Amino acid sequence: MSQNKHPLMAWIDARLPITSTYEKHMSKYYAPKNFNWWYVFGLLAMIMLVNQILTGIWLAMSYVPSSEAAFGSVEYIMRDVEFGWLLRYMHAVGASMFFIVVYLHMFRGILYGSYQKPRELIWLFGMFVYVAMAAEGFMGYVLPWGNMSFWGAQVIISLFGAIPYFGEAVQEWIRGDYLISGITLNRFFALHVVAIPLVLIILVVVHVLALHEVGSNNPDGIDIKKHLDENGVPKDGVPFHPYFTVGKLPAVTIFLFVFTAIIFFFPEGGGYFIEWANFEPANNLKTPEHIAPVWYYGAYYAMLRAVPSKGLGVIVMAAALAIPFILPWLDRSPVRSWRFKGWMSKVAIIAFGITFPVLTWLGTQPATDLYTNLARIFTVVYFLFFIGMPFYTKYEKTKPVPERIGG
Amino acid sequence: MKKYIVAGLLYSFSILAQASVSGVALDSIDVDASNKESLQNGAVIYMDYCMSCHSLEYARYNRVARDLEIEENEFVERFIHTGAKFGELMENAIPEKQAKSWFGSAPPDLTLVSKLRSPEWLYSYLRGFYADDSRPWGVNNVIFKDVGMPHVLLQLQGLCAVEPSIGHGEALCEEYASEGSMSAEEYDAATYDLVNFLAYMADPSKLERERLGWMVFLFLGIFFVVSWLYTRELHKDIH
Repeated sequence: MSQNKHPLMAWIDARLPITSTYEKHMSKYYAPKNFNWWYVFGLLAMIMLVNQILTGIWLAMSYVPSSEAAFGSVEYIMRDVEFGWLLRYMHAVGASMFFIVVYLHMFRGILYGSYQKPRELIWLFGMFVYVAMAAEGFMGYVLPWGNMSFWGAQVIISLFGAIPYFGEAVQEWIRGDYLISGITLNRFFALHVVAIPLVLIILVVVHVLALHEVGSNNPDGIDIKKHLDENGVPKDGVPFHPYFTVGKLPAVTIFLFVFTAIIFFFPEGGGYFIEWANFEPANNLKTPEHIAPVWYYGAYYAMLRAVPSKGLGVIVMAAALAIPFILPWLDRSPVRSWRFKGWMSKVAIIAFGITFPVLTWLGTQPATDLYTNLARIFTVVYFLFFIGMPFYTKYEKTKPVPERIGG
Repeated sequence: MKKYIVAGLLYSFSILAQASVSGVALDSIDVDASNKESLQNGAVIYMDYCMSCHSLEYARYNRVARDLEIEENEFVERFIHTGAKFGELMENAIPEKQAKSWFGSAPPDLTLVSKLRSPEWLYSYLRGFYADDSRPWGVNNVIFKDVGMPHVLLQLQGLCAVEPSIGHGEALCEEYASEGSMSAEEYDAATYDLVNFLAYMADPSKLERERLGWMVFLFLGIFFVVSWLYTRELHKDIH
C-alpha cells in the first residue's frame, strides 16, 4: 500500500500524518475477533453524538434564546420551518437514544471488566463524558422554555442550595438571577451549544485515544496482544476497519429502525422523551402537578427522594454519581470478564443491571409510599454493588481464563 | 434462566404500572387526522365558539387551510372572523387583563392543549358540564372541578341538571336543566370533531411524519439486506 502511494498523498504525508493516523486508528487498529453485539454501542454513541451536533446546528438557526420568544420559536420550528419537526424530533429523541446507548455501553464495560488495568483512564474519561452529557441534556431541556423545562430546572438548581453556607450564592451564580429567568435561559443556551459540546468532543477524542493506546477488551477479557504473528499483528485480532465499521452496518440499521420508529411514530416517547407538561410555556405561578426530570436522570432523582432529608439526599445522589468513577480500583478480581468471575460477581452484576433501570423508572413516577420504599431498597443495592465489590471480587473463586480466544 | 429474569422484570413493571394509574375515568376516543370532513367541522365549531377567547397563536391560517384542504377564498370567508390576513398567526383580540377580570384567569391558548391534556381529557371535559348555581357562570364540570369557563356549547348540548357520568363511552345525563339544539349523539359527534381538530392542531405534521416514516422503513429494510449480505461476505474472512 505504502509503496504505490499517490504522489499527492505522499506529499501530504510528509507534512501531515494522514496515512499513519488512519492506519493507527482504523485499518491497522486490531480489535478482538470475538466482539459480540454488546460492542456496537460505542459506535452507536458516536453516531448519536454526530446526530446531536448536526441537528443542533440547524435547530440553532431558527431557535430564539429569550424568555419571551423561546417557546414560540420551537413551535415555529415545528410548524413553519421546512422539516423543522424532523430536526427537532431527531434532536429530542436523539438525546434519549444517546443516553440509552451510553448506558448499554457502560454496562458492557461492567460485564466484561473493560475498566480494569490497563484501561482505567478509558473508564475515567468515559465517566467524564457521561457527566458532561448529563449537564448538556439538562441545559438542553431548559431551552424549549416549557413549563417542565422551568420547574425541572428549578428543582435541579435548588439542589445546590443544600451546600452549607454557600448554597444560596451558588444557586444565584448558576441562575445569574434571583430566580430562573431569561438570563438563565440565555446562559444555558451558550453553554448548551458552545461550551459543553466542545468539552464533550474533546473528552470523546481522549476516550478513544486512550482506548487505541491499549487496545480493546473483549467478552472473554483476554489480552490479544500476548499472541502476535510474525508481523506483530495480534493473532486473535481483526482490523477495526472494515470489520467493525461497515461490518457493523446491519447492527446500526437495526438501531436506526428503532430510532426512526420513535421519531416518526412516537416522537414524544409516551411522555418520557418530551413530557406533556412541556406543551405549555414556562409559568412561574403554575407548578406542574407532578415534577419529574427527563427519564435519563431518573435513577439519581429516585435516590434523592428516597432520603428523607434534602441535605443527605443530595449527598447520596452526588455519591451515586461519583462512586462509578473509582470502579477500576474497586474491582480486585484477577479476571476481567464476568464469564470467568465467581457466582457472587455474577449475582452482583445482574442485581445492578436490574437496579439501575428500576431506579430510573421510579424517578419518573410520583413518590408514593410504595415507590419511596422501593427506591430505598434499590438505592441500598446500588451502593452495595460498588462498596461490596472489593470484597466479593477478591474472595470469590474464579474460573481459569484461556490463553487464546476460542481456546 | 435469562427468560425468567426478563419475564419477572416485565411482570413486576406491569404491577407497578397498574398501581400508578389514578384520577378520574375518561372516555376514550381515536382521533383521526386523515378525516378531513371531521377536521373541517371541528374547525367551524372552534372558530364560531372558541376562537373569540382561545387563540391558536402558534399556528397560521394558511397552513390550516392547506392541511384541511379548504380553498383560500372559502377559508377566509368561513373561518377568519377577526380581519386577519391569510398568512397570519391565529391570534385573537381579547386583551389579557380584561380576560382575567372576566374569567378569573386568562383563557389559555389552545394550540397545544391536546398534547398537554390528551384528546380523551378534552372529549370528556367538553361533555362534562352541569348546572351548579354556586358557580359564577352557573355551571361546573365533572372533569375540571370549579373551572372558570362558562359552558360555551350550551346552546348545542343543553345543560345537564346533575353531574353527567363520564367514562362509559357516552356521556349520560339523567336530567336536563335546558335543552340544546343537538341530540346527545349529535353533540358527542360534534365534540369528537372539535377534539379531532385540536389534536391535529397540536401535531400538524403527523400525517406527513407517518407517511415519511414508512418510506424511511422501506429504505432501511433494503439497506439492511444489502449491508447484511456484504457483512456476511466480510465475516467469511474471520476464522
